[in-house]
Amino acid sequence: MNSMTQDPVAPLRREWVRFSPAQRIARWLVWLACVAAVLWALRSIDIIPEFLADAPQQMGDMLVRMWPPDIAHYYPAVHEALIETLHIATLGTVFCFALAVPLALLAARNICTIRPLNTLAQLGLVASRSVNSLVWALLFVAIFGPGAAAGVFAIAFRSVGFVGKLLAEALEETNQGPREALRAAGASWGAEMLKGVWPQVQPAFWGIALFRWDINVRESAVLGLVGAGGIGLVLDDAINFFQWERVATVLLAILVVVVLAELVVTRIRARLI
Amino acid sequence: MSATTSPAPRRLAFAPNWPLRLALLALALYTAWASTRLGLSWERVAHGMGEGARLLGRMVPPNFARWELLVEGLLESLQIAVLASAIGIGLSLPLGVLAARNLAPWWISGPVRGVIALCRSLHYVIVAILFVKAIGFGALAGTAALVVASVGFIAKLFAEAIEEISMKQVEAIRATGAGVMKVLAYAVLPQVASRFIGFCLYQLDSNLRNSTLVGIVGAGGIGGTLFAAFKRFDYDFVAAILLAIIALIFLAEILSGRVRAALR
Repeated sequence: MNSMTQDPVAPLRREWVRFSPAQRIARWLVWLACVAAVLWALRSIDIIPEFLADAPQQMGDMLVRMWPPDIAHYYPAVHEALIETLHIATLGTVFCFALAVPLALLAARNICTIRPLNTLAQLGLVASRSVNSLVWALLFVAIFGPGAAAGVFAIAFRSVGFVGKLLAEALEETNQGPREALRAAGASWGAEMLKGVWPQVQPAFWGIALFRWDINVRESAVLGLVGAGGIGLVLDDAINFFQWERVATVLLAILVVVVLAELVVTRIRARLI
Repeated sequence: MSATTSPAPRRLAFAPNWPLRLALLALALYTAWASTRLGLSWERVAHGMGEGARLLGRMVPPNFARWELLVEGLLESLQIAVLASAIGIGLSLPLGVLAARNLAPWWISGPVRGVIALCRSLHYVIVAILFVKAIGFGALAGTAALVVASVGFIAKLFAEAIEEISMKQVEAIRATGAGVMKVLAYAVLPQVASRFIGFCLYQLDSNLRNSTLVGIVGAGGIGGTLFAAFKRFDYDFVAAILLAIIALIFLAEILSGRVRAALR
């Protein structure tokens, strides 16, 4: 009642401020940190100014030399390599499940109730993910020698972390009800997994497998650069001999396969889910 | 309802899923056939296991004696990642707006979407090789390759985020007579800003991972050191580099997780 005697529009004259002073300072500090990081990188990076100056001209020159693509080179050399790349991607995806499924079962906290084992499995998955597929390929070329075998294992080991993590998350989201019912009926552990858990994670499983296969098709295209087989080898040869028309053919072939793989995967996913 | 006179038809509790079984059989057959085609056999794997054990033996203990080289390479990778992210995000903002079908007319959004798809479909290592051949060895080629990869990834996400905004606010700001830039700043950006920051953080993270690698094809960063060590069979130094890369990526992951939590 007392406030009525005061100026009634005083609250309306108050200026509206979006951020408190502390928030404003924090925002400024974040921006400052970003700008400082970029400036530091710009000032200390080892870029040769002459290279930067004629970069557009050089890129244009290379593109001109790539035209027209040497389509005659496609069969048989590029075609065979392309098929090999697809085999590497598919086999790598299939083999990765041999390691990813047990690790995912160990990492899922509702399936494996021993905490240290959970942590150990998680650690394995993280290690697999943080080493890039090309680095895995380097390691496996040192082990198996150059060739497609190294590529398959590189793809498989790289995929384990990705697939295992997503699979463990899917497993942790499953409903406990069916498992308890099966256990109460006297089912063994295997039957419990097969009939209680598998039907629940099946859609996620196929989704993950398809998604990873799509990524693997892209990644297996470069494995040949370190000698692990596939179309990368043909690409590397063509680049080293400066046969730019052939390089263009190989790049076009990779582009088509990658786009086709993506189309196929989205089609199958739409039908499955 | 309970009184049914006819005997219930015999039904298996778990009916066999024949299409799935046939598909799995086909997959197994394919695996066997493709393995022989690629020359994968048990002897080879067994032989490889022995070689792998020897390789691991030579990698332990990791040799950190040349840590200056290591730090130099890691710093260059970091610089490449920061610059590529900054330039990539700067390019992706306008491209994302131009590719959004609800803001740009189809004759602009179509070609821009094509450019973005092209950036995304080539693996960044292949792009890095092309840049190395065209503009020479060094960090510039790596930065350029990662800029292309960043544009392919975040410009697409930007465009998708912009396509999901509510158009009511855009209409309201337009009705006040605001120009294109003001509509973008006051109607579009506030609706998508938080998601944009999330995409940018993710891209910085993946650029850091990728920048440790582009050196393998001569595009600067720690990858070059790693490849050189591999070629010289310096496996203990290789182990040290791998450990350093994993530590750096771990650190970045923790840091970006913290930032994401603070933003929420």
